[in-house]
Amino acid sequence: MHEMSIAQSLITILQEEMAKHRATALRSVRLSIGEMSAIVPESLSFCFEIIVQGTPLEGAKLLMDRIPLKGYCPDCERPFDIKDFIFVCPTCGSTTIETIEGQELSIVEMEVE
Amino acid sequence: MKVSVVRNILEANERIAEQNKALFQEHHLLVINLMSSPGAGKTSLLEKTIDALKKDLRIGVIEGDIQSTSDAERIARKGVPAVQINTGGACHLDGNMIRETFPEFDFSGLDLLVVENVGNLVCPAEFKVGEDFKVMILSVAEGDDKPSKYPLMFHESKVLLINKIDLLPYVECSVEKIIKDSLNINPELTIFQVSCKTGEGLGAWYRWLRERVKEKSQALKNESQG
Repeated sequence: MHEMSIAQSLITILQEEMAKHRATALRSVRLSIGEMSAIVPESLSFCFEIIVQGTPLEGAKLLMDRIPLKGYCPDCERPFDIKDFIFVCPTCGSTTIETIEGQELSIVEMEVE
Repeated sequence: MKVSVVRNILEANERIAEQNKALFQEHHLLVINLMSSPGAGKTSLLEKTIDALKKDLRIGVIEGDIQSTSDAERIARKGVPAVQINTGGACHLDGNMIRETFPEFDFSGLDLLVVENVGNLVCPAEFKVGEDFKVMILSVAEGDDKPSKYPLMFHESKVLLINKIDLLPYVECSVEKIIKDSLNINPELTIFQVSCKTGEGLGAWYRWLRERVKEKSQALKNESQG
């Protein structure tokens, strides 16, 4: 259950960004959450709602996009979907692949007033 | 109004972890982040490792637990500096908690610092503390389905120690399955099969770790000369 510390970090960043844009209220925020990050979206929403009570962030919707794992094989020079957490190129069997998507834990955009 | 904000949510922690890492580099110190579920054998492995290496290496330990100082006391009995962090509920250590222990250590007198994380197979994998690499322990009593259930932990670790192999006759667990599934998740993973109770397999781990400490101090010497 580390969603509370993630929610805290998220709110710190949102407050900085809101100050930067002179926003008075937050309507929504969109996050990218990689398949590989160990986040439970429901827990994150729950923690977020508790912490923002009584702040200009109260009532904001947390929109979370789950990003599936994607790899790239430098030998075959092409991307592929990583299924069942098998980090091996399905074409040539190489294990020296790069993970290009699916490890995100980031903010994408916010809607403010 | 929509505003594009492309920022990593964990950026604050990662910044602190980088600062910690820079400080450890200055002191030529190898730092490992030791993770496992509660009861897999982190403290036992540490006690054994300290006994085996303390005549050649100067070792320090940061102990992370939700409550109690019993682990730091166990380590301090081995005659090495140990600092206990009580997270008071948090399920993992982060960069800032590690930074707060710095006044307690004389890093210039150390070769190896081990950070023993809170027992948990999920959260510690997500937070860097400034380590060179992560080491995880899985005991055979936990079962062979753990790599597929907790892939992040196996993906983030450089080393997996499969512990309590002396219990294999009594538990339903296939070491072959653990090895196969963990290597699918992390083909670069170095795996040791050990028993902290009987000592089986630990020699290979000690040799490997000693090599990494040597490599680190050598790399830094070359850097400062070059």
